Amino acid sequence: MAAIDLAQFQATFFAESREGLDAMEAGLLALESGAANAETINTVFRAAHSMKGGAATFGFTAITDTTHLAETLLDQLRAGRRAADAAFVDALLATVDALRAMLDAAERGLDAPAGIVRATCSRLDGLLGAASAPAASAAAAPPTGGWRIHFRPRPGLYASGNDPSRLLRELDALGRARVTCDLADLPPLSALDPVEARLAWRIDLEGDIPRDAVDGVFAWVDTECDLDIAPLPAIATPAAAPPADAPETRAAGSGAIEPGEHAETSMRVAVPKIDALINLVGELVINQASLKQRASLLDAAAAESLGACLDEIERNTRDLQEAVMAVRMVPVEALFSRFPRLVRDLAARLSKKVQLQTSGEGTELDKGVIERIVDPLVHLVRNALDHGLEPPEDRLRAGKPAAGTISLSASHQGGSIVIEVTDDGRGIDRARLVAKAAERGIAVDPGASDAEIWQLVFHPGLSTAGAITDISGRGVGMDVVRRNILALGGEVAIASEPGAGTRVTVRLPLTLAILDGMSVAVDGETYVLPLGYVVESLQVRPADVNLVAARHRVLRVRGEYLPLLAMRELFGSPGAAGAQRQPVAVVVESDGRKLALEIDELVGQQQVVVKSIESNYRRVDGVSGATILGDGRVALIVDVGGLARRYARVA
Amino acid sequence: MIDIDKPSPPARGMPAPPREFLTFTLAGEEYGIDILKVQEIRGYDAVTRIPNAPDFVRGVINLRGTIVPVVDLRTKFRLPDARYDEFTAMIVVNAARRVVGVVVDGVCDVAPLARDEIHIAPEFGGAIDGRFLTGIGTRDGRMLILLDIEGLLGSTEFGLTATYGADAPINQESPTCHASP
Repeated sequence: MAAIDLAQFQATFFAESREGLDAMEAGLLALESGAANAETINTVFRAAHSMKGGAATFGFTAITDTTHLAETLLDQLRAGRRAADAAFVDALLATVDALRAMLDAAERGLDAPAGIVRATCSRLDGLLGAASAPAASAAAAPPTGGWRIHFRPRPGLYASGNDPSRLLRELDALGRARVTCDLADLPPLSALDPVEARLAWRIDLEGDIPRDAVDGVFAWVDTECDLDIAPLPAIATPAAAPPADAPETRAAGSGAIEPGEHAETSMRVAVPKIDALINLVGELVINQASLKQRASLLDAAAAESLGACLDEIERNTRDLQEAVMAVRMVPVEALFSRFPRLVRDLAARLSKKVQLQTSGEGTELDKGVIERIVDPLVHLVRNALDHGLEPPEDRLRAGKPAAGTISLSASHQGGSIVIEVTDDGRGIDRARLVAKAAERGIAVDPGASDAEIWQLVFHPGLSTAGAITDISGRGVGMDVVRRNILALGGEVAIASEPGAGTRVTVRLPLTLAILDGMSVAVDGETYVLPLGYVVESLQVRPADVNLVAARHRVLRVRGEYLPLLAMRELFGSPGAAGAQRQPVAVVVESDGRKLALEIDELVGQQQVVVKSIESNYRRVDGVSGATILGDGRVALIVDVGGLARRYARVA
Repeated sequence: MIDIDKPSPPARGMPAPPREFLTFTLAGEEYGIDILKVQEIRGYDAVTRIPNAPDFVRGVINLRGTIVPVVDLRTKFRLPDARYDEFTAMIVVNAARRVVGVVVDGVCDVAPLARDEIHIAPEFGGAIDGRFLTGIGTRDGRMLILLDIEGLLGSTEFGLTATYGADAPINQESPTCHASP
């Protein structure tokens, strides 16, 4: 029993520590970019501190030791005894990585990787040693900058003949004093006793002032007040930290509320629990559809009395489903937040200057989609940095700022989310790409549009070829990127302008779990077409069907000729020969490609719960998944995007 | 999980506990599979056909919300007269990290077989690869063909476990450039 409990606590420790490390990383990067405030340091410090505590509880000594050193360093920073310079941030970022490795090892029950622990600790020790030497000599001499004094008189201060205003004047005589009064303890006027001291002050004393001088001012009152004297935080420059931040002063007084921790209104729930909920709701949707179907078979009078009730159930089921799905939705911030670090490290390694801009972090996306889009997106950003952006010299020569810009943006468009990775680099060299394709024996139409040429980047034979990109061995498989995105039911497209940059657009479904579908009948089987792809449906008149090269059929739709695919043949139905007398065509469009699918009849529209075929079977060409119909039977969901890519021409 | 090929040595002085097999018939022959792989037994239900699947893959069914493929061992072993009637049974097997419905002519019994009742199978040279036979058992004087259902369903030739990407359409696809009319 005890062992099981311990494992549960450990799991929490690992999860929280990882979150803490993410927070540390974000905070350190903010420190480096100058976007930090005192709270940032506190956040980083707290993360290290709680990790140290947890690790000590479970006996992960390597983590305890490492976090202890990091905490000491951070404490010096917090106390203003150290600046957040590059060496400091680098060392602590490396520590974050090392701690991640140690956590992984600890989670798998292994010993901490000794080499990493030693290297990290000695690096931190080195930093501490470098600082502590001057700090020791500085102990006698005052640090430049000044002091932050919290002065909270006890009520009986006046009785001892002391006057706070005199003390404040004395302090002001030592240096430039900025005094903030704290009225938190001031009672209402009716309850105020004028002989009690009820005011408190925070004094920021700037200037080269020995600590002794400050202590001297308070020498006569130190038994009559609560006094806290600390060096002024180094980054709290007068401009950045106006002293009027009342919450902080109050917090210092009450000492209980940690700023920044009170806004937490979320809770941690295990993913399997949410998945179970979603599955149950999915079943409920099927039951509801089944009920509705049964009711439609009843005679009119009975159906009417049931109808209103069933409508209610349908609405509630749908609301419930939406609410449950919303639980899985998380802001893409979770996804974007890993990129500042990645870009920073990679830019340093490639000696390039990069600015990363992100927008639309609040856009929400299914957690499952986020987890599976991470790798493709990392590839895309890495590609943009590595192959897209030029070295600073080249950029200057081309009249661009030395620092390149990579922007990541997310937005909702219809039922999907669009993530764009844009760089302002050199763009794709069309001639070289075409030459490379020719070299690899890939047929290229010289008259093809740019959009078609850019598609070559995703060709498996080409994308892994390092030579297009100058940095051999780093050519990340764009075909893999595309395949991963397609597997998510998404699409990817490239736009590029020579000299101006490249934009990769990834379009993803909001969720993998449900979709709006149009059900169609083909040879007695029901198939579902994702409604997002459907443009229109129409009766196929023989006059509108033409043969190209005696075998490919095309359908004329309002002056446009579209490939006409018979689903019977495509899916090899046993009754393929017996074509329907009055077939219906559904025009679908994906990625700008249009296609007409010939079916027997339209059945209806409904929202379906997507189930995987692959979990027990395998991937099936032309099928993206399956769903369960109201009568309990399975219907396959047609992979319209895949069909369009294979059979349709670019519209 | 019991390892079929490497039985653990029996405790001293104790006979090895018999292993239990679910027996079923295919074209008049009696077969057996390890009962620990069997999840449940159902009647044959209407299936949803999977396009362009091998003939022995009948399709998929909804097993309480899970999509489960159904394979017909009679078709797979090229046995004659694969009929679907009220006796046709489906053994839902949990093997090779998959849940699969296996269609057979009929389910018979659960047969305990002692170790010494299981003999090495001769090479059939026919539809059933010797690799997928655990052995031959004897039961009331009748022969019982013991199948390694785990190995059979997990084999690449069975086609349930094709690795993703090996036949993904993306690899068959030619570049879009030449498609311009």
